[in-house]
Amino acid sequence: MTAPLLSVKNLTIDYIGEEKDFRAVDNVSFDVAPGEVFGLAGESGCGKSTIAFAISRLHKPPALIRRESTILLNGRDVLDLDDKALRDFRWREVAMVFQSAMNSLNPVLRIEQQFYDVLKTHKGMSRAQARDRTAEMLKLVDIAPDRMRDYPHQFSGGMRQRIVIAICLALDPRLVVMDEPTTALDVVVQREILQRINELRRSLGFAVLFITHDLGLMVQFCDRIGIMLAGKLVEQNTAEAIYGSPEHDYTKQLWASFPSLHGGVLL
Amino acid sequence: MTGQPILALDRVTKTFGHGPGAVHAARSISFSLHAGRALALVGESGSGKTTCARMAMREYLPTDGKILFKGKAVEAANAAEAAHYRRAVQMIFQDPFASLNPAHTIAYHLKRPLLLHRPDVKRSEIDATVRALLQQVKLDPDLVAPKYPHELSGGQRQRVNIARALAAKPEVIVADEPTSMLDVSVRLGVLNLLSEMKQEMKLGLLYITHDIATARYVAEDIAVMYAGQIVEWGNVGKVIDSPAHPYTKLLLSAVPDPDVRFDDPSVRLRPEDVEDIRRQSAMTQDRIVEVDPDHFVRAA
Repeated sequence: MTAPLLSVKNLTIDYIGEEKDFRAVDNVSFDVAPGEVFGLAGESGCGKSTIAFAISRLHKPPALIRRESTILLNGRDVLDLDDKALRDFRWREVAMVFQSAMNSLNPVLRIEQQFYDVLKTHKGMSRAQARDRTAEMLKLVDIAPDRMRDYPHQFSGGMRQRIVIAICLALDPRLVVMDEPTTALDVVVQREILQRINELRRSLGFAVLFITHDLGLMVQFCDRIGIMLAGKLVEQNTAEAIYGSPEHDYTKQLWASFPSLHGGVLL
Repeated sequence: MTGQPILALDRVTKTFGHGPGAVHAARSISFSLHAGRALALVGESGSGKTTCARMAMREYLPTDGKILFKGKAVEAANAAEAAHYRRAVQMIFQDPFASLNPAHTIAYHLKRPLLLHRPDVKRSEIDATVRALLQQVKLDPDLVAPKYPHELSGGQRQRVNIARALAAKPEVIVADEPTSMLDVSVRLGVLNLLSEMKQEMKLGLLYITHDIATARYVAEDIAVMYAGQIVEWGNVGKVIDSPAHPYTKLLLSAVPDPDVRFDDPSVRLRPEDVEDIRRQSAMTQDRIVEVDPDHFVRAA
């Protein structure tokens, strides 16, 4: 097996309270290989987004990452980065797409300008270079490049989400963290976007940490899956095994709560 | 289907705005709700599902067409009939966090509809009726009645909403995405409860959802909407197992299915095809074809 791109070890995160602390993530360890799609599934409050935030170093107090935790990306400990290193690290090495990312575009700036901001800050590109790169990225997500002069409100929700994904990929990150990236979208749009991401990760080689509560979708897209319950990673296996032969009772219980299209429930 | 429907929409149209910028949110919509049966209205956001629900609730007045309550046009109703309609048709909303008043207890939420709509319940019986309603939705009255909404989970709140709807002794329940904001493990419980209520109390249920798998779980009949039109409708098993309209086929092929991997090239949706189906399906389709008994599809 090749060296993992991302290696999370003994990750423990508490939210510090006035009277007692809440353990959101409890001693979680997993690896993501280069080019792999790793899924984290679980219900709201199970800690999956807290992990995503930790990987991008987005936590602020009252969240406290306990000392025994390590998050290694290409062998470097993300938790030790200083401010400057962190600026270089975010977006260039790890990019993030959130559930409501389509609403994170600036409504008063043209799409072109929003790409330029990223490309100038991180790569020092000129206007002309940035425009070429923007056209190239928009084409990747099936949006006509001439629309870069438009504003966010002129696009549908699905197109805005694809634009955010294109901005994320513009710096060739090694890892893209996607936290419920398509939950707010319709199934057809969801399928179109994830299918495209799957093709892109095959051609560009980035890895994805994919977070969702929809197990069916996760099995379609992921290579390996981790199931979370109350801050703990209770089961971790290939997508085929999580679907075909789940071991933990909670995994079975989750499957039993999805009605099947063909009648009955999925398991 | 035999027997008179409780509630029927007959070629109902709703247009917002005027001229070239007008939005045709519902175009010639017809469906009927029968006692003890559920109709699932499925489609993507913007397809007109909620507009239909709001017309059924008389929150919007149709631009054209008729809404019939037990065979009588509701536009022609007098004040007493309108009040009866308000009681008989109840709604359950999508957001269980926003649809309960944070300043009042659960008991208060259930007393209000009883005082307003149920002159048959004596004042002295109100507390007992509140308890019975909570038991009906499988909540413990002693625990839940004195609590405030923020002390309950999403699933519990949605059960309170169901109890609140039942308090008015409805004949029709319109449930607009009642489980989409709930955690997956509590969704089925709420759907099972709705199904039980439907059967026991002989309710006509309009179940609005974008999740076609739960539609099959809850409903006997289904209507698939796209761009303001019902493009295909009929028996839920027939429509899902042998879809005839291109949009229904597209929708079904995109439903997350763990047996289908994205890496399999044979299941790839081509963006050009998707665009094409969307464009075709958005056009006015006047021809109605009966593919099978109790299975209809629209065509241009």
